[in-house]
Amino acid sequence: MAKAPARSRKSTPPKDNRERPAEPQRYKASKDELLQFYKDMLLIRRFEEKAGQLYGLGLIGGFCHLYIGQEAVAVGVQSALSDKDSVITGYRDHGHMLLCGIPPKDVMAELTGRQAGISKGKGGSMHMFSVEHKFYGGHGIVGAQVPLGTGLAFAHKYSGDGGVSLAYFGDGAANQGQVYEAFNMAELWKLPIVFVIENNQYAMGTSVNRSSAEDQLYKRGESFRIPGIQVDGMDVLAARGAAEEALQWVRDGKGPIILEMKTYRYRGHSMSDPAKYRSRDEVQSVRDKSDPIEHAKRELIEAGVSEDDIKTVEKEMRKHINEAADFAENAPEPEGGELYTDVLVESY
Amino acid sequence: MAIELKMPALSPTMEEGTLAKWLVKEGDEVKSGDIMAEIETDKATMEFEAVDEGTIAKILVAEGTDNVKVGAVIAMLAEEGEDADSIEAPSQADKAEAGEGANAAPKEDQPADKAPNAPESPTPHKVETGARKMFDAAEHDAENADPEIPEGTEMVKTTVREALRDAMAEEMRSDDRVFVMGEEVAEYQGAYKVTQGLLDEFGDKRVIDTPITEYGFAGVGTGAAMGGLKPIVEFMTFNFAMQAIDHIVNSAAKTNYMSGGQMRCPIVFRGPNGAASRVAAQHSQNYGPWYASVPGLIVIAPYDAADAKGLLKAAIRSEDPVVFLENELMYGRTFEVPKLDDFVLPIGKARIMKPGKDVTIVSYSIGVGVALEAAEKLAEQDIDAEVIDLRTLRPLDKATVLKSLAKTNRLVVAEEGWPTCSIASEIATICMEEGFDDLDAPVLRVTNEDVPLPYAANLEKMALIDADKVVAAVRKVCYVD
Repeated sequence: MAKAPARSRKSTPPKDNRERPAEPQRYKASKDELLQFYKDMLLIRRFEEKAGQLYGLGLIGGFCHLYIGQEAVAVGVQSALSDKDSVITGYRDHGHMLLCGIPPKDVMAELTGRQAGISKGKGGSMHMFSVEHKFYGGHGIVGAQVPLGTGLAFAHKYSGDGGVSLAYFGDGAANQGQVYEAFNMAELWKLPIVFVIENNQYAMGTSVNRSSAEDQLYKRGESFRIPGIQVDGMDVLAARGAAEEALQWVRDGKGPIILEMKTYRYRGHSMSDPAKYRSRDEVQSVRDKSDPIEHAKRELIEAGVSEDDIKTVEKEMRKHINEAADFAENAPEPEGGELYTDVLVESY
Repeated sequence: MAIELKMPALSPTMEEGTLAKWLVKEGDEVKSGDIMAEIETDKATMEFEAVDEGTIAKILVAEGTDNVKVGAVIAMLAEEGEDADSIEAPSQADKAEAGEGANAAPKEDQPADKAPNAPESPTPHKVETGARKMFDAAEHDAENADPEIPEGTEMVKTTVREALRDAMAEEMRSDDRVFVMGEEVAEYQGAYKVTQGLLDEFGDKRVIDTPITEYGFAGVGTGAAMGGLKPIVEFMTFNFAMQAIDHIVNSAAKTNYMSGGQMRCPIVFRGPNGAASRVAAQHSQNYGPWYASVPGLIVIAPYDAADAKGLLKAAIRSEDPVVFLENELMYGRTFEVPKLDDFVLPIGKARIMKPGKDVTIVSYSIGVGVALEAAEKLAEQDIDAEVIDLRTLRPLDKATVLKSLAKTNRLVVAEEGWPTCSIASEIATICMEEGFDDLDAPVLRVTNEDVPLPYAANLEKMALIDADKVVAAVRKVCYVD
């Protein structure tokens, strides 16, 4: 048998045999844009803090997953969308909904289980939808939104409406088998979809390192030829820049793309999680060094926005959220008859 | 010693086929693995390979012959050293099996020197199985035409397979949002040929082959429905849909409710369900009761071709998610389908297949044939049974069942499926709760045995329902025995 040639020690990594997206650039936001990003992140932060408070008062029940700490991801990515595009996510969904333009009071009233809630009080925190705002849930089964989002992308391509589907999922969902079934079909059929992995480092209480053989999640599409980009998800402008690159890739008909957003949630997995799997110092250190809202605030001040103006924004936001909470607290519960409505669309 | 080449059985349910083409002629030498002929079954065109070596001595069934019975001798093979010219055709009795079209003239050569214990070529052995009994029972037609059909309508003989295909094709013609996806639905023309011809007519945008990835494509289909399309998702069998049941139940069925009625999911999940023939435990389950327990789903399980067509069209048009349970053994069965421009049947309405006054037999899907056969046997014993085909399992047409019970006062459910938590259990409960005063005897269930379906033919037969079991139950509720 012929000897295999000795492998060169200085072998360079194999050259890519296919096109790759360019390295995304941090988005150059105007002062107004940056202010809007700041407002949007603040909206989510204040909303979630209020939701946590109402949960503590017993006004919100069941499971309630807060987005605090991760705001820059959704704000950066969704600010790049057009109104033709669809959004779908898992159960940590409040923030994404607010960014789709759904009024905070409709979301908050759903959390308190009222008739005025976006799902008439029948869905709750994890199951909310708004076809009008192209927000398709709100899904309680970990990873289900990935094939469903791929189906939305299929519908965009089928109807030729030029829209893109944006499917968010976490580092936990990234280990579900159905995610890879969806990756395969999305690339095979060149569907217009951006898969956004919100890697907040903990799948409930299990850290990425303890659950993922390949913990660099942006590489998870490689065996399906789906390119991936790792992004600082604590920086709203980095998130926006990456979204621009990803959307361009998809809109050019090159098929799906993965954005791995490295982020962090400050609160427990859900309201009932004591978060004993990480130290208080770890959380505090992220808050001190990497908070996305504080980061944006510093940049606003550098851009010449006065501290007073920022204070005014914060004050207005608190008022806005308090109004939503008051509404959600005082709105009536669904009528008993609602129990039997909406099971089926038609009568048989 | 010449070898008889016999019409092969190329699928578990094949009884006869078309000898489409000979690829060899008399005098040709063949060796093991050579393709000798193309044979068409109701599902596919298959190649018929040589197993033994030798010379084709005689071709007894001409190409193009239809209805050649499995096991009929179609050619004679001379082995090495044998004189091909001296081979004789087998006796007339054997040839008669070759179907009306068999037109090969027997040669009047001298008889061959046949050894006394000449080894025969393997004869496809027709085992009597439980599935075969159900399959035979499925020849029974309804006595009652559906009341929705206008009088004087022309009836066209159609297989269940064609009826399903026609339903999809008609709906795809009238609504651009309708598309079909699943394993082998496009280029292969359907694993069971239900989607035959759809790719040609509608193209690969609307008839889509998927990878083997049930969970994934059930989710993609459901997402597409949420996005405004009307998908038909075919499962090669509902046994494989267990991988996908999360999306059927959690994503498709519950969305409308969870969204307060604003997000719809108009999708049809369809494919064969229940026992086929000798495919054993993992390919034989009836999922009717599983899906029928889920609020938010419509579950349909038709028996004959007309219902298959009319109800599949209704399912595709529905704004609700539908699980449409077909049956492999029924695909090749022929029934009359009304020739109407737009034949749509109502969802949620049972059908009285045979009126009767002494006892009610309730069934659905392939069980209806068994129930009709039982009714025939019972008629010989002066018991007049009414047979109801539920057709839709959810929402269940309780009114038709209870009305019949009020008339006959006795009821038996025949279900090709397990007994525990079955549709039969549900019917029994409904009779208890809402028809108690009409009952002259306890409701009895005739179901498959409470075991995973075995492979061995005798055990399979013991496990599945048949007409005799239904007859025995009816005699019991009539207090005859």
